[in-house]
Order: sequence, then C-alpha cells, then structure tokens
Amino acid sequence: MKKKNILKSNALQSLLSSLICVILGMLIGYIVLLFINPDGAWKAITDVIKNFFFWPAGPMRAKYFGTTLVKAAPLAMCSMSILFAYKVGLFNIGVAGQYVAGAGAAIYGALAWNCGWLTCLILAIAAGAVFGAISGALKAYCNVNEVISGIMLNWIGLYSVNMLLTKVKEPSSPYTNNITSFNTKAILPNMGLDKLFGDNQYVTIAIPLAIIFAVAISIILNKTRFGYELKATGNNKNAAKYCGMKEKRNIIITLVIGGGLAGMGAGLLYLTGIEQWSCSQSSVPSMGFNGIAAAFLGCLDPLGSLLSSFFIQHITNGGGYVDKTMYCSQISDLISSIIIYLCGFVMFFKVFMNSRIAKSEERKAAKAKAAENALPVSENTDGGDKK
Amino acid sequence: MILLLQYTLIFASVLILVALGGCISEHSGVINLGLEGIMVIGALGGALAMKYMSPEVSALSMILVTVISAVASGMLYSALLAVACINFKADQTIVGTALNMLGVAAATVIVKAINTAENPDNVSSEISYIAEKKAFLVNIGGFEFNWFMLIALIALVAVAVMLYKTRFGLRLMACGEHPQAAASVGINVIKMRWAGVLLSGALGGLGGIVYITAGVSQWKFENGVAGFGFLALAVMIFGQWKPKHIAWAGLLFGLFRALSNVYSGFPVLAQMNIPSGVYNMMPYIISLLVLALTSKRSRAPKAEGIPYEKGMR
Repeated sequence: MKKKNILKSNALQSLLSSLICVILGMLIGYIVLLFINPDGAWKAITDVIKNFFFWPAGPMRAKYFGTTLVKAAPLAMCSMSILFAYKVGLFNIGVAGQYVAGAGAAIYGALAWNCGWLTCLILAIAAGAVFGAISGALKAYCNVNEVISGIMLNWIGLYSVNMLLTKVKEPSSPYTNNITSFNTKAILPNMGLDKLFGDNQYVTIAIPLAIIFAVAISIILNKTRFGYELKATGNNKNAAKYCGMKEKRNIIITLVIGGGLAGMGAGLLYLTGIEQWSCSQSSVPSMGFNGIAAAFLGCLDPLGSLLSSFFIQHITNGGGYVDKTMYCSQISDLISSIIIYLCGFVMFFKVFMNSRIAKSEERKAAKAKAAENALPVSENTDGGDKK
Repeated sequence: MILLLQYTLIFASVLILVALGGCISEHSGVINLGLEGIMVIGALGGALAMKYMSPEVSALSMILVTVISAVASGMLYSALLAVACINFKADQTIVGTALNMLGVAAATVIVKAINTAENPDNVSSEISYIAEKKAFLVNIGGFEFNWFMLIALIALVAVAVMLYKTRFGLRLMACGEHPQAAASVGINVIKMRWAGVLLSGALGGLGGIVYITAGVSQWKFENGVAGFGFLALAVMIFGQWKPKHIAWAGLLFGLFRALSNVYSGFPVLAQMNIPSGVYNMMPYIISLLVLALTSKRSRAPKAEGIPYEKGMR
C-alpha cells in the first residue's frame, strides 16, 4: 500500500490555513500598532493575546476565564447559525438581526411578563426563528437575495427592539432594568459551574448548552437524512427538486433553524444578566458579525467553530487590556476582520497546497518510472543468473 | 417642505452615487458587497482632508481636495476586493462582508489614534468639520444647495453614457454577461473587472463623504454608515441595474430617509405621534417590500458573482 501524504488530508489543510489566517492577522494588527505608537506595540499585542492570563494564577484568572467563556457561548451559537445556513448554500448575514430579535424577546419576557428562564429562552429562539423565516420566505418565494434582506432585517430588528425595550428600561438611563435584581427566576441556573470559575455568577448552563448544540448540529449535518437533504439543496437547488426534495421548504427551514440558533445565542447572553440592553444604541451589536468570522475561521465545522469562537472572544476581551492612553480596544475588531478577509483566500491556499503536492508526487512518479526503465535490464541479468 | 426637498435630494445623491458604483461593478461581473466599508473609508479620506485643510482656502479647492481624497481612498480600499475576488478567486460574499467590518474597525482605530495623539484625554472616534463644510453649501432662498447634488447628477449622466455609448462600457458589460465569450474576441476580462471594481470604489468613496456631510457637521466613525451601502444595493436591484431607473429608485428611497430627519417639521406627521424609530425603520421596510415585488424578474448580469475561469464553458 502506498503511504498517503499527510498534507493531503482535508482536516489538516483546514487547520493549517486557519492558523495561517490567525498568524497573518495578528502580524498585520501588530504592524498597525507599530504605526500608531511603536513604544507600546509589543506590550499591546501580547496583552490582546494574553487576555485573562493578565491576572496571576488563581481565582481572578479563573473568573475572567469564565467571563470570556460566557461571551464565547453566544458567539458560538451565532457562528453555528452562519455555518448551518452556509452548508445549505445560504449566507445568513441576517444573524445579527436574529440575535437582536432574540435579545429583545428574552429581555422583554423576563422583565415585562416575569417569565422563567426556560420560557424566556424559548421566546428568544422563536423571535430569532421568525426573523429567519421572513428572510427564508422572501428567498424561496420572491427570489430576494438573503444577504440584502438579512441586512434590512438587521436594522428593522434593531429599531423595533429599541422601541420595545424602552418600555422596560431604567428611568434615568438608556439601559434596560437589571434582570438579576428584577426577576431572578429568569436567570439561567448555575448548576455549580460558578464555583469552578472563581465564583463568577455569570457562568451558567449556557456554556454546556452551546457545546451540546454544536455536537447536535454536527450530527444533524453529517449523519441524518434531513441534513443530507439540506446539503443537497445547497449544492444544486434544481437537482434536489428533481429528486423530489421540497427545495423551497428546505430553504425556509434552514433559515428558521439558523435564526433560532442566533436568537438562542442572545438568550444565553442576556439571561445571565452580564449585560443590559442599551435602548439608544445606533448600531447593530457586533456579536452576529463576529459569528461570521468565527464560522469561517472554524472551517465551517460546528466543533471547529467552538474553538474559533473562543479564540475570537479571547482576543476581543483581550482588547480591553491594552493601554488606553496609546491605543483603543477596537484593535481586536481590526484583527478579527483582517482574519475574515484572509479566510477568503483559504480556497486558493488549499488549491495551491494540493497543486504543490501533486507536482512533487508527479516528480516522484517520474523518478520511479525512470528507475523502472532501468530496472528491466537488471531483472534480465537476474533472470540470466538463475538460468 | 423646502427642508424635505433638500434632504431628499442629498440622500438621493448618496444612494445614486453608491448604487451606480455597485451597478458598474456588477456589470463587470463582481458583486460588490463591500460598498458599505468602501463608503466608510471614503468618508474617512474626505473627512481627514477637510480636517487638515484650513477653512480659509477657497471653496473650489476645498471641494476638489475633499472629493479627490475621498475618491482615492475608496479606490485604494476597493483594490482589496479586486485582488481577492479577481486574482485569487475568493468568495465575493465573504470578502465583501470582511471589507465592511474592516472598514468600520480600521476607520475607528485610525480616528481614535489621531484624536488621542492630539489630546490624550480625547478617546472619541469623532471628526468635526463645521467650518469646512460651508464650502459645499450655497444658500438659494432657504434651500441649501449642496455641490454634491450636482456631482451626483454629473456622475449619473457620465455612467449612463459610459455604459451604453462607449466601447469601454459595452466591453465591461460583456464581461459580466459572458466573460468567456468576451475573452474570445480579445477583451482582457481580468483588466475589465479590475476597472469595474475600482470605479465602484471611486463612486462608493464619494458617496461616503456625501453621506457624512449630508445632515451633520461631525461624524462618529464607530457607527459606520448605518447600512446605507446595502440600501444602495437595494436601490440598484430596484433600478434593475440601469442608471436611469437607479435615479428614480434613489429619489424614492431618499424621500423616505429624509422623512426620518424632518418629520417633526410637519404638523400632520408630528400630531400622529409615531415614535422616531418607525421613521428610522421606514427605508429598510420599504426596500424589503420593493425587493419582494421586483426580484422575481431580475435583470442581473448573468455572470455576476462567478470568478472568471478561462477554461470554463
């Protein structure tokens, strides 16, 4: 048996190309820092990479590790929303709006209707799914590009959620009432996880839930007939139709699931009480867009996107540690957007790698052939000896 | 009423400029989803030019330098899209989205760095250009005429003539319909697509500076351009990729955007007591409805979004 070239494996190639994107992104970020102020650039970039390692080992470090995880869980949900739709050939950029809708539903349910956490979470999922369904129906029945309708829905979602949550905001500030003090029923249960992370009260079952969903999505996409049908629809809509699959229904269902995942992500963040919604915000929260980065950096694999979500959140939080007198924390947004830009080149990188491997194999084959041409002579002499 | 007309015209100018940019790029075969980011960078280029020029220079040179700076930064930034999508055949949707995020992040970092360098206590991402902005305005009996309106009109005519009456424009459109056929008669598809993307970068950058000077005299770059790049794409689709129709679509969308600025000036509208959020949502809702009604019979260039492969049939 011929030994298979290890570089040919798809998983390894994906990992390598993601690593190259990350390293190049960091390098460009470092160069930008050097331009702004060369004195503190090295410290700043290491601060971004270190994040919670900034603290000495012990409860403080564990606590901030927990905070990063709390924010990584919704990011992972958003990135799963993107990758699930992408596998079906849809670019769900409306994830940001679905996330906003989920946040609005969860907070409103908790503060205005005094619901428990499970009801709030279901409300969040439903709100996200409705937004996804609008995009899906427009795509399936009216041929509206899901990217454009998604963006429009992002803004519609932002303004309507702002209006809705104004009813439950603090009288003197633009922020919504704090769920932790108004309705403790709506806070996700800790199940003792907070003890592991230096008594960080925001560490809840959100984190294991995100992991469970990643595994479930991975199984649905790769091991079930439903997932296969969805992927077939994504590869060729018409072929799927001729095979008797309901391609319109599949498009809508995909975006409903995608929207549900994003809405749930918002629920997982706001129902921990770690953040309050600002009713005067004039831009769509970046969580959804960062989800795009995480999905592509994770090579469109649910488990990979868990890792990449953690990484993106890690450097985003790390941005908070840079010296504010010289730099701003948006430097980590800059790095993650450079990383997505570079992810666009991944295809090219893989093709390049495969062509290099093919060339070297060709050369080897040519050598072997040359050796073979030389071989018959020796074989003959061998044969001659035996005779 | 005059105020409504004024805001409608200026917002329509933004939408028309950017939609024309998207139109040229798509006719050459590249979907430019990065228009939003290009607008931000163009706005940054123009705003920085205004910031560093003294308000005493003549109006003409102020306009010229600002426009050239915005156009140049838009083109430079769109080259990132061109390199990735044309030469490296990257996914145009991913790269466009990345450029949108990169535009806002880069502009914020740059402006904050400049502000902090000038005054360590100033950590905002704001540039203000109150005095400089006056160069662009001419007051005609209560109506503030903005030179950008004229520029948008010129751009509209120029693009229409270029696309339908010149050799370059017709060749450009051929590259978006069937690049292999275009290549077979000796047109350099790669060069044509580069030209398309760079022109859209120029118009997008120009649209960016018009947008941030439209209603206000300072801009916070953290906010980007509030989805205007995508509204422009909706205008382009509604205008069926044709400059003349884009102009009408731009005016319609501009009207709805202007309403959110001036609705309180109309007693009828103010009495209805609709929250401002509804007016803010209006352009986006209208564009969704319009798209739902018009997208069925789309006249999109046939080969848009597909990287050019010489050997493909």
